[in-house]
Amino acid sequence: MALDRWIALVLLGTCLTYGYAAWFTMDGSLPPFMQRNPIWPSTFPKVLSVLGIIASTIILLGFEKSEVKEADIDYRRLGDYHLGQAISLLVLMVVYALCLRPVGFLIATSGFLILGSYILGERKWHVMVPVALIATGAVWYLVQQVLGIYMRPLPGVFGG
Amino acid sequence: MLEGLLIGLQTAFSLQNLLMVVAGCLIGTFIGMLPGLGPMSIIAIMIPVAISMGDPSAALILLAGVYYGAIFGGSTSSILLNAPGVAGTVASSFDGYPMARQGKAGKALTIAAIASFAGGTLGAVLLMVFAPALSSVALLFHSAEYFALMVVGLSAIAAFAGSGQVSKALIMTILGLIMATVGEGALFNLPRFTMGIMDLQSGFGFITLAMAMFALPEALFLVLKPKDLHGDDGKISDLRITKDEAKAIAPVIGRQSAQGFFIGVLPGAGATIASFLGYAVERNIAPKEEQEEFGKGSIKGLAAPEAANNAACTGSFVPLLTLGIPGSGTTAILLGALIALNVTPGPRLMIDEPQIFWAVIMSMFIGNLVLLILNLPLIPYIAKVLAVPRNYLIPFILFFTLMGAYIGQNNATELLILVGFGVCATALKFADYPLAPLLIGFILGGMMEDNFSRSMQLYDGIAFIWERPMTLGLLVIAVLLVLLPSYRARRAKARAAGIADGD
Repeated sequence: MALDRWIALVLLGTCLTYGYAAWFTMDGSLPPFMQRNPIWPSTFPKVLSVLGIIASTIILLGFEKSEVKEADIDYRRLGDYHLGQAISLLVLMVVYALCLRPVGFLIATSGFLILGSYILGERKWHVMVPVALIATGAVWYLVQQVLGIYMRPLPGVFGG
Repeated sequence: MLEGLLIGLQTAFSLQNLLMVVAGCLIGTFIGMLPGLGPMSIIAIMIPVAISMGDPSAALILLAGVYYGAIFGGSTSSILLNAPGVAGTVASSFDGYPMARQGKAGKALTIAAIASFAGGTLGAVLLMVFAPALSSVALLFHSAEYFALMVVGLSAIAAFAGSGQVSKALIMTILGLIMATVGEGALFNLPRFTMGIMDLQSGFGFITLAMAMFALPEALFLVLKPKDLHGDDGKISDLRITKDEAKAIAPVIGRQSAQGFFIGVLPGAGATIASFLGYAVERNIAPKEEQEEFGKGSIKGLAAPEAANNAACTGSFVPLLTLGIPGSGTTAILLGALIALNVTPGPRLMIDEPQIFWAVIMSMFIGNLVLLILNLPLIPYIAKVLAVPRNYLIPFILFFTLMGAYIGQNNATELLILVGFGVCATALKFADYPLAPLLIGFILGGMMEDNFSRSMQLYDGIAFIWERPMTLGLLVIAVLLVLLPSYRARRAKARAAGIADGD
């Protein structure tokens, strides 16, 4: 089964779960005055869940034949591409998200930029580090001073 | 209209807004040139900046400038490197790249700039004529018609998705609508589908979703498959075109500007279809000997898609500004930005806040002029951005994506949602699912449900569908739009199998 039909299966599952939530779990807690309304909070989701189930079933069963196109990246041969780099970058993004608050903007961001280019194969530390530091400082200045959005610059222990 | 023009001039010519146009065009050109980063990603990255400015006209002017600049920058990389940064400029590389290979890169860039300028300017004139007319019609619309109109828009997007893609575009739209129902709706004041997670109480962030759908997958694609960015580093010289060439491309530009504009107005069509169609039309109506030239460096073949894609970009503003319904991913992002700035585009926009409407139109003229006179001489220098090593570029793109989502919500959970959706979007992109319908559905979802609920309440049930002929008509059109492509595909198959059509 091709990837697009696997995805259709996942989407069908999503729509079924969503539909279950809309049809069977939402109306019970509705206050009496709202029950007199012609429209309930669950009305629109109910319609959507039915439409979604129909559409994903059509893809899943392959009713609509699509011509096979030469894709930009062939997912069947993912190993041929720089998959490791992509996954490491994603992990790095998650780490960045988790660190941003506790470690502070300045350290987290310069670390992210340096490690990001390291993952991609850059080894010229004398370029990487200054570029990352300058960029971090500039962005922090812009966001904090020009746009006026507060971001904790330093780790919490330093009272930043 | 004259009064409106003057209001627009007054707003657009303030120092701040002029700076916005120039800055927007330059930023757009810079980033649009990078292969793999389309106008949608750039605008998504720019949104936090635009929103924090607080002035809706300035924000919209900035974003429109970025949009134009991105399309212009995309054509530059198509011509110089045969690596289009934007889908709308793929057709420009058919003839632009051969011209550059023949050492006429400067001429090709000039033609592209002139054609873009003319396309954008003529498009803006047409917008000025058609938008007020359309919005006076739209004022007669009731919420039932609005609901129906949104259904038409969404089905048109699915219908234009191409053969074998209609159901995929449909499911993506529905998924977007489903995601829009997460969180607390305006009409019910009840949290829905939050799974008890506090961070979902206010729904998914629209910037987060825009970043996850466009910027992140594109950046990941760049990581997975590095594109060769090295063209022949020929120096760009001789920017001039001759009088004969100008005479040859003038009618092409005129025709394609008008055609591109009207294609751009249609929901779901947009710049990509306009440029390919423009190229095909011009090749078909050209004389025999010129037809041979197409694909080998014909100036007409370059001028046509360039004029068409810029006019289409302008055209796509018509439904956004008059009906409040975006027809493309980019205008959907603009709509989201406007809503965040407390402006609701729609027929009332021209009455309540004429300065926004007219300032945008005026800034389109200014933006086109800026692109022509400022960017053209700068192109040889701007093209140097293509030499930035990807080892530095990609971490920065990822960082700006994260920052955009973070600034919008000031919430680190948003970043995790971003990465999660980004991975999902990349998988969807692998399987050739279109991503723009999801975002359009997400943005329209809230409005659609509100209008639907309002008409349900007014008519005490779904009677509004058959009691209002216009609503019924629009909904019938929507159903036809979805069913027609599959019907035609089936008939074509039947014909191929040797079965005659019944009448």
